[in-house]
Amino acid sequence: MATQTIVKIMTDKTAQPKGLQTLLKISNALLLPFIGMVVFLALWSGVANNLETSLGKFPGPVAVLEQAVGLVEEHQAQAEKEAAFYERQELRNADRVAKDPTYEPKIRPFTGVPTFFDQIWTSLYTVSIGFLLASVIAVPLGIMCGLSKSAYAAINPLIQLFKPISPLAWLPLVTMVVSAVYVSDDPMFAKSFVTSAVTVALCCLWPTLINTAVGVSSVDIDLLNVSKVLRLNTWVHIKTIILPSSIPMIFTGLRLSLGIGWMVLIAAEMLAQNPGLGKFVWDEFQNGSSQSLARIMVAVLTIGIIGFALDRLMLMLQQRVSWDKSVTLR
Amino acid sequence: MQTSHLELSQVGIDFPTANGPFTALQDVNLKIEKGEFISLIGHSGCGKSTVLNIVAGLHQATHGGVLLDNQEVNEPGPERAVVFQNHSLLPWLSVYKNVELAVKQSKQKRTKAEIKDWVEHNLELVHMTHAIDKLPSEISGGMKQRVGIARALSMEPKVLLMDEPFGALDALTRAHLQDSVMEIHAELGNTVIMITHDVDEAVLLSDRIVMMTNGPEATIGEILHVDLPRPRDRIAMADNTMYNKYRHQVLQFLYEKQRKVEPVNPRKTSKTEVKAEVKKQA
Repeated sequence: MATQTIVKIMTDKTAQPKGLQTLLKISNALLLPFIGMVVFLALWSGVANNLETSLGKFPGPVAVLEQAVGLVEEHQAQAEKEAAFYERQELRNADRVAKDPTYEPKIRPFTGVPTFFDQIWTSLYTVSIGFLLASVIAVPLGIMCGLSKSAYAAINPLIQLFKPISPLAWLPLVTMVVSAVYVSDDPMFAKSFVTSAVTVALCCLWPTLINTAVGVSSVDIDLLNVSKVLRLNTWVHIKTIILPSSIPMIFTGLRLSLGIGWMVLIAAEMLAQNPGLGKFVWDEFQNGSSQSLARIMVAVLTIGIIGFALDRLMLMLQQRVSWDKSVTLR
Repeated sequence: MQTSHLELSQVGIDFPTANGPFTALQDVNLKIEKGEFISLIGHSGCGKSTVLNIVAGLHQATHGGVLLDNQEVNEPGPERAVVFQNHSLLPWLSVYKNVELAVKQSKQKRTKAEIKDWVEHNLELVHMTHAIDKLPSEISGGMKQRVGIARALSMEPKVLLMDEPFGALDALTRAHLQDSVMEIHAELGNTVIMITHDVDEAVLLSDRIVMMTNGPEATIGEILHVDLPRPRDRIAMADNTMYNKYRHQVLQFLYEKQRKVEPVNPRKTSKTEVKAEVKKQA
């Protein structure tokens, strides 16, 4: 299409401005990102070829693609194995029941190693729960801080104290507390999951809390006066004046939180050996086969893609919730 | 005891500043009868808005107080509805919902159908029924201000407070809205206090024009009774000698007696005053 436009420009001089415009449009939308991607791949490939590690050559784009395909195949194989495992059990049980009607059939769970995609799923699930947990606490608390100067004065020192702490520093404490407190014979969640989720929540709190408080405290004074003249009660005041005004700030906070949460989760999983993408990376590193680096690279890129997708998801959510549909969100 | 409908007695306000209290208003005394249309006029920064905000209950007077039907005014309330300078409609609510929000807050218990009727009735008063489902961003500035007036009227206020309601509008739209306000005032007979910068507007609409001296320590300078028969027609008024005499008197007060000398170097002003200035310019 681009070449066509170029040809058109060369043959028809009067069409130049319009043709040039379309060309620019195409180049902005597709061509420039494409060039960026190609340059990146070339650089990566060049560096990788000349980088010798103790685990062999640093993986280039092709090796990584191969491993990505390999991981998909592994997952499919595992899924087939699992299906076969349950089928075998069912057959065996049916057999035994036929022989002995009093026999109560048992199904043993499949205990195969979690594949790459299982780990992705675990990480996504953990980050969403941790993020939700944090948001449920941070948004109301932020609204409170924004509305009341006294609440802000009381909470602000704590925010300032806890905000700069790396959640990984909390990890040992969280692990111990979860083991001590979360005791049940039939736990609904695995302990490792609770630990990871709480760690994520600990770092997701602050951006949401601070942005919500700022958003709420900077609501237009005229709208606040309207609320006063109408004598809106607290709940209606929050619902009709405060929340719609501060939606953009709240979402800025939520997006920051989710981004940080996702980064922290991977690190926490690596450090605590909790199931998830982080553990996958760590296991591959410890495994140290010639494919390990390429497989880690697949995981790294996946982490990036998922982080990007999560941010887009929040943006879409904001677009849905926001009253002002005309604003371009970025 | 014979008292007036709305009474401001010895109203004054101090704003705390780093250099001690700054007296913005002092000894404001005003008695307003039911159904009167009062304009407050004065140079910017003279505390007109502060007077209005004290009556609205948005500011607390440091000295003196305000009585409405013998009850002291301490906090904002729907019986003293405010029409804000920049309409202050909630941008996320439709025209209908903006007015409905006010109607739902009124003490009068209404059924759903009654609420709908009352909202529509008030929007009809300001000729805005055609845009009932539009968002504020989809209608013009004049229309927004009409909706702002409808919202205030729907609270059935004892006193309608208007803070430079037409200041941000172009001259033609302003004239339309002034006519609308006169119409509504004739129909409902509300007590109105309006702040204005516009001498013609003040003379055309008011029963009395309250002229304020320059701050700090601003107070009421003169009160002018405008004794023109209603309904007033702006075209006929242009040739009316009385109208021109009133106009002249206000101009004389503003530009001779209270001529505001703008210093070359902006003088140190208190924060609140600066804020008020900024707001007015915006």
